[in-house]
Parts: sequence; C-alpha cells; structure tokens
Amino acid sequence: MSRLTAFARFWWDFVIGDDWTAAAAVAVLIAALDVLAHHSVNAWWLLPPAVVGALYVSLRRMARR
Amino acid sequence: MSDALLVLSAFLASAVEMVEALTIVLAAGVARGWRSSLAGVGAAVCVLTVIVAALGPALTALPLRDLRLFVGSLLLVFGLQWLRKAILRAAGFKALHDEDAVFVRELERAQSADRLERAGLDWYGFTLSFKGVLLEGLEIAFIVVTFGSTQGSIPLAAAGAALAVVVVGAIGVSVRSPLARVPENTIKFAVGVLLTSFGIFWSAEGAGAHWPGSDAALLGVLAFIIASSFALVALLRRERRALVPLEAET
Repeated sequence: MSRLTAFARFWWDFVIGDDWTAAAAVAVLIAALDVLAHHSVNAWWLLPPAVVGALYVSLRRMARR
Repeated sequence: MSDALLVLSAFLASAVEMVEALTIVLAAGVARGWRSSLAGVGAAVCVLTVIVAALGPALTALPLRDLRLFVGSLLLVFGLQWLRKAILRAAGFKALHDEDAVFVRELERAQSADRLERAGLDWYGFTLSFKGVLLEGLEIAFIVVTFGSTQGSIPLAAAGAALAVVVVGAIGVSVRSPLARVPENTIKFAVGVLLTSFGIFWSAEGAGAHWPGSDAALLGVLAFIIASSFALVALLRRERRALVPLEAET
C-alpha cells in the first residue's frame, strides 16, 4: 500500500505539482469550453485570459507561503 | 511554424533537464567511480526509451480531437507548473537553481555513503545516476510523447530532445564540471510559456473551439502568454518590495 501511495504521490507531484487549485481551474475552464461548444458558442477567447487569471491567483497563494 | 516550435520546445526543455541530470551524474562519477555512474545513465536511458516507444503509439491511436483535449489539458497543467516556478524565481519569491550548490551537496552525500557492490557495480553510484537521469528524463519523455503525438511527429520531437542531450552532454564532458552558467531560469521561463501556449491552443481545439486564423492563432496565444507572464513578474516584484521594504533598499 505504501508503494502504491508513493507511486500515486509521484505522479500527482509530477503532473499537478504544489498547487492543485490551478489544475482544478484548468479542468473547470475546459469543461466550460466544451459545454459552450455544444451550444454552438465558439469561445476560443475564453481560455487565454482565464488561464492567466488562474495563474495569478496561484502565484499569489504560493508567494504568501 | 508549429514544427519549429515543437523542436524548440523539446530542445529547450531537454537542455534544462539535461543540465540538472548532468550535475547528479558528475557527482556520482567523481565520488563513486565512472563505471557505476555511466551504467546508471545507460539503464535510465533504456527505461526512458521504452516509455517513449510504448506511450507514443498508444497516444497516437486516439482520435485527433480526443488526443488534443487530453494532451492539451495535461500540457496546460504541466506548463503552468513550470511557468509558476519560473515567475516566482524571476520575482524573487523562490531561490534560483544553483548547480554548483547542488553538485557540492550531492558530492558530500555520495562520498559519505557506504560502499555496497552488486553485479560488480558500486550500487550507490549506479542508483544515484539512474534516479537522476530517470527523474529528469521523465519530463523530457513526457514532452516528447505529448508534443510529438499531437503534432503527429514523435521523431521530430525526439530529434529536438536528442540534440539537446548531445549538446549538453558534449559540453559537460569537455568542461567536467556542473554547467552553472547556463541561464536555467530563463530557459525554464521559455519552456513554461511554450507548454502553456500549446496547452491552451490544443485543449481549446479539443473542447470544440475553433481558433480564428487556424494554426496561426498559436502565435497570438504565445504573444499573449509572454506579455502576461512579464506583467505577472512585474506585479509580483512590486508586491514583494511592498512586503519586504528593507530588502528592496539593499
């Protein structure tokens, strides 16, 4: 079990890193884009500024640690 | 254009990871002997080759839209990690990577470890090199597989990575010391920008969005992420000066 935990922990750190909220924000944004596309809204403009916003929030959180 | 960015991304990411791996291999070689250290490098390269050879075809079997959604999302999350650390370093919130200090630390550890022989190799020297190359190389393998599969050209991405390994390896062999003068943070900043831009571009396409100007829009995304990243560095620097006024005076 501890090896399995260590394996999962490694991949979590490798992909997600030290701030999971940024990864969660990305998941929510892409899901929103998918929903909009299904309603025939071409929301290409959504992701770039929203990702920068999520990055800023993440940076402030990390800077205050 | 996309192919050039693909090679550039693989080259830069691989170069910076190779610099870090080289420091560990040098420490293992100097302290524990070159035979064990180089055997560790060889074993790790074999494992990395298997990972790329196995994952590459598996990913390319996915439909293009699903592949772009999956790989784009992964790259975006992964790229934000690189970019976040690079911005925090550039703004002074995180210490810059110091290869000389890492080398001294690894050398001291390697010199004080007990000697244990397995299959005629010093086990500590072997595992130190193996782990160092495997862990640093995993990021290279990840970028080669994801970029290469999405662009439909894993060999091109692998060529960019291989070029970096050869260039950094050759310099490392000739100077026989850690490559402390390589501007690691600048390169990591550039890689973070590239991964984030490609991640945004592909994940949006995978989610069903259509970019105006098709592939040319990638340049627009790239320019936006570069400008935003510099703005975030400036903003954080100002916040840091406000938080630590005494440090700003010195």
